[in-house]
Amino acid sequence: MSFMVKPKVTHPDLPKNELGLTRRDYEGANSTLCAGCGHDSITAAIVEACWANSVPPQDVVKLSGIGCSSKTTAYFVRGGHGFNSVHGRMPSVATGASAANRSLYYIGVSGDGDSLSIGLGQFCHAIRRNLNMVYMLENNGVYGLTKGQFSASADVGSTAKKGEVNNQPPIDPVQLAITLGAGFVARSFSGDKAQLVPLIRAAMHHKGFALIDVLSPCVTFNDHEGSTRSYLYTREHYEEAVHTDFVPPAQPISVSYAEGQSLPVTLHDGSRVLLHKVDQDYDPTDRSAALARIVEKQKQNEYLTGLLYINPEQPEFHELNGSSDVPMNRLPYAVLNPGAATLARTLARYR
Amino acid sequence: MPAAQVASRVNDFVIKIASVNGTGSASANGLLMKSIFRSGVPVVGKNYFPSNIQGMPTWYEIRVTHDNYRCRASSVDIVVAMNAETYAKDLAEVTSGGYLIYDSTWPRSALLKRDDITVLGVPLARMCNESFNGVRNRILMKNICYAGVLAALCDIDLDQIRTLLGETYAKKPALIDSNMKAIQLGYDYAKQNFQCPLPLRIEKTNATAGQIVIDGNTAAGLGCVYAGATVGAWYPITPSTSLMDAYKSFADKMRVDPKTGRRNFVMIQAEDELASIGMVIGANWNGARAFTATSGPGISLMQEFIGLAYYTEIPAVIWDVQRVGPSTGMPTRTQQCDIRAAAYASHGDTRHVCLYPASPEECFEMAPLAFDLAERLQTPVLVLTDLDIGMNDWVCPEFKWDDSYVPDRGKVLSAEQLAKLEKFWRYYDHDGDGIPQRTVPGTHPTGAYFTRGSGHNQYGGYTEDSKEYQIVLDRLRKKWMTAAKLVPPALIEQDPRLDMAIVSLGSCDGAVKEALARLKAQGVHLNYMRVRGFPFGEEVERFMGAHKMNFIVEQNRDAQLRALLTLETGVQKGNMKSILHYNGMPIHAGYIVRGVMQAVQDTQRPAAQLVG
Repeated sequence: MSFMVKPKVTHPDLPKNELGLTRRDYEGANSTLCAGCGHDSITAAIVEACWANSVPPQDVVKLSGIGCSSKTTAYFVRGGHGFNSVHGRMPSVATGASAANRSLYYIGVSGDGDSLSIGLGQFCHAIRRNLNMVYMLENNGVYGLTKGQFSASADVGSTAKKGEVNNQPPIDPVQLAITLGAGFVARSFSGDKAQLVPLIRAAMHHKGFALIDVLSPCVTFNDHEGSTRSYLYTREHYEEAVHTDFVPPAQPISVSYAEGQSLPVTLHDGSRVLLHKVDQDYDPTDRSAALARIVEKQKQNEYLTGLLYINPEQPEFHELNGSSDVPMNRLPYAVLNPGAATLARTLARYR
Repeated sequence: MPAAQVASRVNDFVIKIASVNGTGSASANGLLMKSIFRSGVPVVGKNYFPSNIQGMPTWYEIRVTHDNYRCRASSVDIVVAMNAETYAKDLAEVTSGGYLIYDSTWPRSALLKRDDITVLGVPLARMCNESFNGVRNRILMKNICYAGVLAALCDIDLDQIRTLLGETYAKKPALIDSNMKAIQLGYDYAKQNFQCPLPLRIEKTNATAGQIVIDGNTAAGLGCVYAGATVGAWYPITPSTSLMDAYKSFADKMRVDPKTGRRNFVMIQAEDELASIGMVIGANWNGARAFTATSGPGISLMQEFIGLAYYTEIPAVIWDVQRVGPSTGMPTRTQQCDIRAAAYASHGDTRHVCLYPASPEECFEMAPLAFDLAERLQTPVLVLTDLDIGMNDWVCPEFKWDDSYVPDRGKVLSAEQLAKLEKFWRYYDHDGDGIPQRTVPGTHPTGAYFTRGSGHNQYGGYTEDSKEYQIVLDRLRKKWMTAAKLVPPALIEQDPRLDMAIVSLGSCDGAVKEALARLKAQGVHLNYMRVRGFPFGEEVERFMGAHKMNFIVEQNRDAQLRALLTLETGVQKGNMKSILHYNGMPIHAGYIVRGVMQAVQDTQRPAAQLVG
């Protein structure tokens, strides 16, 4: 039950971030997911990233739709508001919330069922608007809460627990997001925290829509032989193309890579992502080349992972709208009221 | 010229112009209507237009009404037949003794045969072809030209027309001259060939002082700006689109920071109505005043989210500009057919606060009220107007704004209040009014809670416990009782001696008031109650209980208001009788008069209604 509160025992030696908070301060309620669920590892990575980024907990807004993944917004950052909305429609709620207050961090958590079927339209339109949010897509290829139907991300030939074979091609959120023009598109694996945490940290600093598609095996309904989304299959078939390190603003780069192997990209707030090419042929700043490489690897049944595409320069939702810097929900009524005199002037043309 | 003339009717007649949509007739019609209004004479402007961009029949009806009635008349005195396709129908509509004006450039005599009216032929096309160049221009000018003919026939002030053209085309002076030239052509032709003015004519008065002409969608959009709404999300749908257009156009003028050039509002054209209501809910949840505007099909799509907002107690303002249903229905025709769908939108036990404005001025006034109620009650508020209010031209008292207005943001806890709390309980009834306390994200960590459409207890936690679930559901009912005290009460005109009444809502108001006056003149006296909000206050049941017969007047087939009254009050079914108008045209007084007289005669007790 997500209302249960973990006993908060803090050891004085626990490391603290810039706000003097420990990792425990970024945790949430106990998970009610199955033991070994990949989603819980992603939750832990989000906790780690928020702590490392020293985000004030009340500035984190957690949004989700319906499904196993959507439940997890209750399991991290208890000091931030959460909104478990309706199936597939988290992006619209996130859009409205962001419209009301541009100064907070919006972390959306969704799944392949929530985002790629019922919510495919809203997912695409949030990208079109370049909504300033982190979109975690916890992708297990299966409907867990309704006990094991294929989702739209299931691979052709992958088998269900009861033996049924999927024969419809998958919708790949990464290819889709790059095609639609998202400025930050990553894929990772729930079992690779070293890769995932810097990606989430960087995504929180990216101005605009940041998708992280996380392969996250379902231990109960999709972890068997014949499934292409099992722990074993994923471990054997995921290939890191680009390793990402995140360097916060005003912090020196401490990681060193061999000459020519590391590409620093500066984000709008001065923070940087260091892209270390594991695959020398891969260029995460070239949209069409990146897309071609992902498709090529997919044909070989390989999932390319890492920060697969980045373009930090695109204007985000509020810039496109020309919004005031002061969040809409903090504008005093005195500023919003045009006044009685303006009304009289305005109505003159209706006389 | 044959025909018995109608008796002289100064400032009391109806002109109907039949034309083809997309040919510029709208500006000519607006010009005529506004000129009459500027002469101090009240008007009712109704636009009957097709769901189409160009080429289909369209009509504009101007009722000149010195009594300042606010509904359409059921008869037409002067028809301007500019559309060959509808000649026969338009001809048939002229009242006996009335006039038909047609373009005599081409012979149409066989179709125009009617002995009891006066037919006036004006060679509009020929005159315009001789005076203007370009196909498109000639078509446009032909339509302006009939305005000149009518000005001569009805004694409409040419100077007034010239002034209006000057205002309309202030930035395109060349258009003033060409338009005025076309008007003069028509005017001179009529003066030379017909006996002007007709007995149906305009005489200047001062009956429109302090009044404006405006449509309800414009009024509502303006009202949302004044209400302090900062987020508007919508999906285009007739007849609600112009509400959002109006909001944007006013906000572009009134809500842009003069120093930075930045907008103090966010407009989002959503991908569909499911998204627009999601955005409205997200923004209200996050502490902004956010709204959407839609029509019936949009309300259908929004059901799931409306239920979420009800159960999770998030404010939202939804304008439903009703149009003819079911399904796609007739998108450019009017009805009051979403009364039931709005009141009980979504699955599960849900009931929603509704407001029923009757006019553009009430659209303006109810905009801040809708936001105040939504935030005070933490629930969606649906404002039900209709195409007739939203898109037609209404004479209204000029709107006023009180700068001392303070938005009621409801029970939102501040950072200071939260700092003093050990625990924040989102759904707990501290005050006994059924309304819990609320927090806005980003305020204070103590205020953080988890909003969920799944079962939750009064503290805000997840629950599947029967008792915990029911505590919240019962409190929501308590909140509903509080809402009944906060929505605007029904407007009542009651003489305690009378035992018959009309009960109605929204845009029926004008027709009901005129019907009451006409019935009174026939010796039939009735009381009147217009409901303005849902849930109904106790005055609704009290009023209806005081009458043996309540005529429920509404514009839908299934008596939706009566259904609500039956479900939500103790009024006996036998004490209600429906008068239903649902053909897509706005209701008129004659329809109500007939309905009441029929019933009175049926029950054979007219004597009881005669008051000395």
